[in-house]
Amino acid sequence: MKIIVCAKQVPDTETRIKIAPDSRHIETTDIHWILNPYDEYAVEEAIRIKEKNPGTAVTVVSVGPERSTSAIRTAIAMGADEAVLVKTENENPDSRAVAKALAETLQSMEYDLILFGKQAVDDDNLQVGPRVAELLNLPCVTFVAELELGDGKAIAKREIEGGIEVYETSLPAIVTAEKGLNEPRYPALKGIMMAKRKQIDEKQVALEAPAVEVSKYEYPPAREGGKIVGEGADAVPELVRLLHDEAKVV
Amino acid sequence: MAYSVLAVTEQRNGSFRKVSYEILSEARRLADELGGDVAAAILGNEIAHLAEPLAAYGADAVFVADDPIFTNYSPEGSSKTITELVKKLEAKVVLFGATAMGKDLAPRVAARLDVGLATDCVALRVENGEIIARRPMYAGKVIAEMKFNTSPVLASLRPNVFAVTEKDGASNIQIEKAEVPVAQNDLKAVVKEIIARSGGKLDVSEATIVVSGGRGMKAPENFKILEELAEVLGAAVGASRAAVDAGWRPHSDQVGQTGKTVSPNLYIACGISGAIQHLAGMSSSKCIVAVNKDPDAPIFQKADYGIVGDLFEVVPKLTEELKKIVEK
Repeated sequence: MKIIVCAKQVPDTETRIKIAPDSRHIETTDIHWILNPYDEYAVEEAIRIKEKNPGTAVTVVSVGPERSTSAIRTAIAMGADEAVLVKTENENPDSRAVAKALAETLQSMEYDLILFGKQAVDDDNLQVGPRVAELLNLPCVTFVAELELGDGKAIAKREIEGGIEVYETSLPAIVTAEKGLNEPRYPALKGIMMAKRKQIDEKQVALEAPAVEVSKYEYPPAREGGKIVGEGADAVPELVRLLHDEAKVV
Repeated sequence: MAYSVLAVTEQRNGSFRKVSYEILSEARRLADELGGDVAAAILGNEIAHLAEPLAAYGADAVFVADDPIFTNYSPEGSSKTITELVKKLEAKVVLFGATAMGKDLAPRVAARLDVGLATDCVALRVENGEIIARRPMYAGKVIAEMKFNTSPVLASLRPNVFAVTEKDGASNIQIEKAEVPVAQNDLKAVVKEIIARSGGKLDVSEATIVVSGGRGMKAPENFKILEELAEVLGAAVGASRAAVDAGWRPHSDQVGQTGKTVSPNLYIACGISGAIQHLAGMSSSKCIVAVNKDPDAPIFQKADYGIVGDLFEVVPKLTEELKKIVEK
């Protein structure tokens, strides 16, 4: 079986995001970069399928600048076999351009299953997986919290509001991973050492002009918090009065 | 006949979800500014009766895709149907809800039309005849203003953020069938079954009030006191990452950067210290209440109202006091 995981490098979720003086970019100098947390679930799922099905090969594909190799190496350290970096100097390509670059790359590869994280935790666009599915004319199940592979088929459970949709789909297919799909492993030292030496194939692409672009970043309005009503249960009646009379939310 | 704005509504089991009225109201507002009409799309099985009431939310026309393939959500069926409808109507703006359905459907339609999409928008405005979208990024640590270089403009709207405008009196509404350019046999991925989560409880991303618990809850059984409070308020129960990672709550309840971003009217954080990832996910709540033993917890800097104290004493008292108000 051949599995491809599409992964992105993103700022660590603990990062305080700083807007550049031109208001149109995010400062990248102090950022600690990691493998997108949702892509970690995708990598872990691929590795688990490989462990159950000997002969399975897992390839990681990422679109991004040179520094993305560190996220790719995390995936290799977890157990991925091969890696491709679709290299672009553009720091903020939009989802349409990324999906097109990925679809073009994937077209010349073999796969039974393509996994994505449900979203990248930087731009939170939630688009690239389903867009690639449309471009490659593949079935796709998004936000998958449970995946079971059978003979040319997959059963995927997709998270919806207040419940779960159970899908059956033919393979090859695209699946985007939701938290809960699995518990990603920490790479073992051996894996980390191997990942350091691993050759990463590089492809240079010119991305299409963005269909949607950021014209300005702003910080969310500051909250004037810090109003302590009181201490302990005795403060509750006053809190309830404030919620009712002042905030008018109950 | 060209409609300027198409609202893709969402219904489940014959009832519209609230977000459908939100996007339709916003569609009306934009159409009035841009000049033009509003069309609504409904997908489902035996749902024709749902069309007419949409006039009250500003629809001039409703296109009904009534077909057994839409008994459950069909990713392939819906995306083909909506794409064809957008082309037929020559819509300039297409609005979706940023729900599980809309987040799945909108990017597929965008790919089919080869255009851009702004997801999970919290505001839209018209500037020099162009749509500008505002959307949170990095789970709400920054807000981005987006401009579109392709047409039509596609956007999904975060639930609970846009106002619902209902008008009185009947108006003329045109009801038409939408073409369903796909057959059951063409579908490669289909929903076989829908499993309702226990008690069919409200989802944190949709609730107007959310009561959340964190590490301070100490044990899974203690969430009962939050459920009692939620019951009184008609709220959903959420959790911080710490509580989810400890296995106390399902991951679908998690609020924060690797969970759900929420915008309720009232967010009550109990025993949550307020890690940056959690604050990012809930800070667009209209009113925030924090209950925490530690007066220095960062959550108090985001909270409108705070009580420093033991949540095991404060929360039951809060439930009791709120009950009095609700019963009035």
